[in-house]
Amino acid sequence: MHALAGLPTADALISAKPVDYVIIALYFVFVLGIGVMARRAVSDSIDFFLSGRSLPAWVTGLAFISANLGAVEIMGMSANGAELGISTVHYFWVGAIPAMLFLGVVMMPFYYGSKVRSVPEFMFRRFGTGAHLVNSISFAVAQLLIAGVNLYLLGSIVHALLGWPLWVALLVAAAIVLSYITLGGLSAAIYNEVLQFFVIVAALLPLTLIGLHRVGGYQGLKDKITEFATSAPASAGVPPAEQQLHSWPGQALSGFDSPFWSVVGIVFGLGFVLSFGYWTTNFVEVQRAMASNSMSAARKTPIIGSFAKMFVPFIVIIPGMVAAVLVKEIGELKAGGTPPGGASGEGVKYNDSLLLLMRDILPNGLLGVAIAGLLAAFMAGMAANISAFNTVFSYDLWQRYIRKDHSDDYYLRIGRLATVGATIVAIFTATIASSFSNVMDYLQSLFGFFNAPLFATFILGMFWKRMTATAGWVGLTAGTLSAVLVAFLSEDGFGSASLGVIPLSGQGAAFVAASAAFVVDIVLSVGVSLVTEPKSSAELRGLVYSETPKEELVDPEERNMPWFRRTLPLAGISLGLVIVLNFLF
Amino acid sequence: MSDQHRLDAPDPDGTRGEKHTAGAFDIRNFIGALLGLYGLILLVMGIFGDQALQKTGGVNANLWAGIVLLLMSAFFFVWARIKPIVVPEHVEPVDDDPVRPAPKRRPTGS
Repeated sequence: MHALAGLPTADALISAKPVDYVIIALYFVFVLGIGVMARRAVSDSIDFFLSGRSLPAWVTGLAFISANLGAVEIMGMSANGAELGISTVHYFWVGAIPAMLFLGVVMMPFYYGSKVRSVPEFMFRRFGTGAHLVNSISFAVAQLLIAGVNLYLLGSIVHALLGWPLWVALLVAAAIVLSYITLGGLSAAIYNEVLQFFVIVAALLPLTLIGLHRVGGYQGLKDKITEFATSAPASAGVPPAEQQLHSWPGQALSGFDSPFWSVVGIVFGLGFVLSFGYWTTNFVEVQRAMASNSMSAARKTPIIGSFAKMFVPFIVIIPGMVAAVLVKEIGELKAGGTPPGGASGEGVKYNDSLLLLMRDILPNGLLGVAIAGLLAAFMAGMAANISAFNTVFSYDLWQRYIRKDHSDDYYLRIGRLATVGATIVAIFTATIASSFSNVMDYLQSLFGFFNAPLFATFILGMFWKRMTATAGWVGLTAGTLSAVLVAFLSEDGFGSASLGVIPLSGQGAAFVAASAAFVVDIVLSVGVSLVTEPKSSAELRGLVYSETPKEELVDPEERNMPWFRRTLPLAGISLGLVIVLNFLF
Repeated sequence: MSDQHRLDAPDPDGTRGEKHTAGAFDIRNFIGALLGLYGLILLVMGIFGDQALQKTGGVNANLWAGIVLLLMSAFFFVWARIKPIVVPEHVEPVDDDPVRPAPKRRPTGS
């Protein structure tokens, strides 16, 4: 497999043995097998599982987490852990859990009740054409860019396994995703996501435990990081051990010098704007909850997911931190060196931490499980992006604005072309992603552009019935533009294209860009609403809080359930646990 | 797996329409089967394969991971057996989701 004719092959990063390939192949047999069974309708049980609104909350809850446990989480968070240490947990305990609980408690009733299938659809019903068009376009662009990130990471695994140059690996990875989609892998998405969750845990948990064992337990890890931070040359800019080993005030993460502004930046920028924007308006996630069997189960989906989410940092961030002191190349990189090799073939990056750690400490066998888990996550992640793009492109854009009233077959063909087109575009967006040393910086910038203004418009539109249709599209457009402007003026929000007028870099710049988008969006929306004509109350039922009868927002069955199966007590326990975790680290 | 399926196999023409459990197609059985196979492979690797002790710091990682996976697998099979999911009398066949890029389903013939 190594000698593809005429290709300059570097040495493979990871030496997989036949047993590893068997394990990887087994996973594909399962995933594609379930897809085929679903299409052939071999059993009405499968129909039952795949038909909408029939699943128990634990299944949708795990699928909810799994749909998110892709590139960002696994590679991005371990890269962050290697570079910045424990303060990365803010992405979970501040940047995810509160927003997930808010989604379950406050927003889910509107989604589940109104039965919308995409964000643009909700926008259309609340604000009409203008906001719908703006949102559809920005959503489609965002999906293409994020698909690029997934494709880049998928390509980097292919590269690590086989040693092919990155561009060939990208083409191969794109072909893998296309065949996964055409062979029907997506038709059983929820089955696959739940399977994927367990495979990823089976891969990352041993990696974490063996890694900790190798460095002498958590205390040993702390000692080694402290030693590393004091001995590293000042030019490398390694955060002091104190900042790497304590989550607050998190200056290593935000890049702010002042501890006070660092806390403000993390709580408002990350914890409020970015995370609420991501979790409450991301329909790749929300759709999982829509497949549950009752309003109560839909609301519990993100809440049950939050319990799993809380402990994910232990199996992604800690391996990253271990890699920084155990893997030779990552250590050199962190000390300011430029070790050659890595997944891109153009030098080691923080993104490679996890792959290199796997190479160094996993025996063949477990290595196969780990590779299967990573392949599964990025493949499914990219397929979900492409599928979401496809929906919005064919139905929200093409059918509504370009060619109306054609046959179903016509739109199906357009959808197929869109799938292939999107995969090709993703190869190019993957090369953008590959230019960032830490994909997390890039992803947070993207979320700032797209999700922060969307969240501002959503939340205002949901709780303020006076907000008008014009305000909807004006706010969204201005919000996105102002986030782009901030990123452009920062030191590296756009990589080398940034001007460096504002002295902000890394993820701190993304937090500020997102906050700017949010504030601009809210201010303009309020201003424009006051001078334009609002919609009538009857049109806003089920879409705006004050116009929706309270009975429609809760599940009448829930009254009879024991307390531990009710939405609010579960959310309370989750919140309490996360506060305890914040004190511990 | 197939034996269990027989017990509550749906009739081929889909006209019987009585209550039955999800059987082999219960998602928990799929999880149990995959984790079980992985556990078995790792267990065998742990006993007969290269333990790569210098990599893991002296722990037989494959063996332990294999044992834990087999236990997890057993847990999912037992859970699915003890609390089966009951499929309601009439299940609407899932139509092709027009917004999802996948091949079309074959007609069931009923």
